[in-house]
Amino acid sequence: MFNRKLRSTALAAALTLSLAACGSSGPANVSADSPSMWGLTGGNQANTQKSIDAWNTAHPDQSIKLDFFANDAYKTKVRTAIGAGEGPTFIYGWGGGVLKSYVDSGQIEDLTDFIAENPEVKDRYLPSIIKNGQVDGKIYALPNNNVQPVVLYFNKDLFDRIGAQPPKTWDQLMALVPKFKEAGVAPFSLGGQSKWPDLMWLEYLVDRIGGPEVFNNIAANKPDAWSDPAVLESLTKIQDLVNAGGFINGFSSIAADSNADQALLYTGKAAMVLQGGWIYQGMKKDAPDFTKGGKLGFTTFPTVEGGKGDPANIVGNPSNFWSVSSKATDSQKAAALEYIKDGMFTDADTQTLIDSGAVPVVTGIESKLEASPDKEFLNFAYGLAKDAPNFQLSWDQALSPAQGDAMLANLDQIFLNKITPEQFVATMNATIGK
Amino acid sequence: MSVTTGASRRTLEKGPSGWLAAPALVFFLLFAIIPLFGVLFLSFTRWDGLGEITLDGVSSWTTVLTDPITGNALLVTAKIMFFSFIVQAPISLLLGVFTAAGQKYRAALAVLYFVPLLLSSAAVAIAFKALLDPNFGLGPGLGLPFLTQDWLGNSDLVLFVVVFVIAWQFVPFHTLIYQGGVRQIPTSLYEAAQIDGAGRIQQFFSITLPQLKYTIITSSTLMVVGSLAYFDLIFVLTAGGPGYATRLLPLHMYLTGFKANDMGAASALGVILVVIGLVLALLLQRLGGKNRNDSQLEGA
Repeated sequence: MFNRKLRSTALAAALTLSLAACGSSGPANVSADSPSMWGLTGGNQANTQKSIDAWNTAHPDQSIKLDFFANDAYKTKVRTAIGAGEGPTFIYGWGGGVLKSYVDSGQIEDLTDFIAENPEVKDRYLPSIIKNGQVDGKIYALPNNNVQPVVLYFNKDLFDRIGAQPPKTWDQLMALVPKFKEAGVAPFSLGGQSKWPDLMWLEYLVDRIGGPEVFNNIAANKPDAWSDPAVLESLTKIQDLVNAGGFINGFSSIAADSNADQALLYTGKAAMVLQGGWIYQGMKKDAPDFTKGGKLGFTTFPTVEGGKGDPANIVGNPSNFWSVSSKATDSQKAAALEYIKDGMFTDADTQTLIDSGAVPVVTGIESKLEASPDKEFLNFAYGLAKDAPNFQLSWDQALSPAQGDAMLANLDQIFLNKITPEQFVATMNATIGK
Repeated sequence: MSVTTGASRRTLEKGPSGWLAAPALVFFLLFAIIPLFGVLFLSFTRWDGLGEITLDGVSSWTTVLTDPITGNALLVTAKIMFFSFIVQAPISLLLGVFTAAGQKYRAALAVLYFVPLLLSSAAVAIAFKALLDPNFGLGPGLGLPFLTQDWLGNSDLVLFVVVFVIAWQFVPFHTLIYQGGVRQIPTSLYEAAQIDGAGRIQQFFSITLPQLKYTIITSSTLMVVGSLAYFDLIFVLTAGGPGYATRLLPLHMYLTGFKANDMGAASALGVILVVIGLVLALLLQRLGGKNRNDSQLEGA
């Protein structure tokens, strides 16, 4: 009697546990030992979902649990979760200093042997992209989506209205500011509350004025590397632009995560926006008339007179990456590697990415890009990435998390005119090596 | 039989057994006291949230105490606390007195007033962020120029916007407390006052307000100590910005810990926060006088 009671209790408990494990929205065949994946909302959310759905249908025994988070929220959440040993099997990342901090604390798998055994995985990527997943010559992360150069987008209608051309030089850019203001249009949109869009201005200006070495010195933790005159000049130019009224009213309360900054461009409230290649996907979805109707223009960041940097250099994110958590179980790791090998960048995946308005980081896609209705933008972005002498990873990801945070906070102060360029340089020099 | 009587008499004399408090005490120990010491310990270490925790002496404390941003965060916290109190206390007191009366329409109004409290802070923040947007919000939408301010992007304005949104969300709660307080006042007091010829305003100042003394202290304690915990609303609404304009202490602690990955400094800030909260709560309790915690109802 007692035994039977005990057994039924245990059964009930087991049922409850397995029910709890199925609590998420994933398909029914997902078990507690399925690998988990955290993706980002926005541009590539639908593409990732489609890829995983296809994988789960074809591999019911190796199903992947997929959840999505907003960009800024994800960056905080994933680090906390990994620190607590609760991270996902697939760790989404950008490469750079953040990736290195995972490597240093032994949180992610070394994929070098996996790549050596499966050379076809490496061969599908553009070589310039794959190196961003390496730390000290070992491979820790593999690209998972599209090249994301930062591009200067503009609204052709507004340029026609004032009879102007997109700026080729910084002086032309500054000269456009009063013209647009006179026409009642903000020259530039900016998602200042998110802070990282501010950074795109600094990255490009420093590269155009001083070339890639300036940031390479900073990333290499050379003492006083921020004191380079190119940094000071860039910060001064940013404040000149702010003071001239270059950015839209209220830019410091606009969050880029809600896509409000791109909305200002296609609603005709702002003439230009400096943003990543990924916002093309968003605008294609939210404002198809604008992108399809030939009203969206795009060009490279202007040159700066007397600058040392190659005007073909670009900044942005070479791609996003998957790393595999070293805290995952062996079966989770094995399933994750299977997906990376066979489930990612299938022909269907690549086509989905292209259809969404993005350039996948794989080789041999020229004809597919040419066949796309978005070929104008796709060829432009692909060309930028392929021909760039230097593709600088976004600084907040390239630096250590502590330095990156301090930089964004202080740059915010620069845009708000609360500190001088000299104060910025002094503060940032103090963070070197942290 | 006689044993039982003896036991119950003892119970009456000494109050209920202390063991009844045990479950609550265990939870308090587990989820409040032990983590508190954990944070105190972490404040003397260096930890980025991922790697090893290493002892680092008082360096986190010196960093935090010499950092001008900490001072600014304290100032912002004090300002938000002060203005929230100044705005919320009178409004909720008056609304509470108003809705305490029995007419039907007041009951309906009380329900309406209560609605903001039912919404989550994040939802409130997202809604206000959309309404206050200088390009797509209420002002431009309705074509009202005076509403078209850079409400959340102007360093001088944003603090008051935050205070307003906080008040919008929390006035209903304090109204409810005052409503309850007013309804506890014996009607015989008002009847006597009416016979003596006191008007409504005189009744309010001579009866309602003094009778509400303890309610005022309770509500104020919740308001002041609660404003140390404003976080979600401000985080979603302004993210502490523009610049450091609305980066109050709890938000500063969060951003230090989870954005800059400096758990040591964040823990030191947490300890500061706890100390300030305790001191404020004790000070407010002092205002209540000696028998502040005694029940005002006979027999309870």
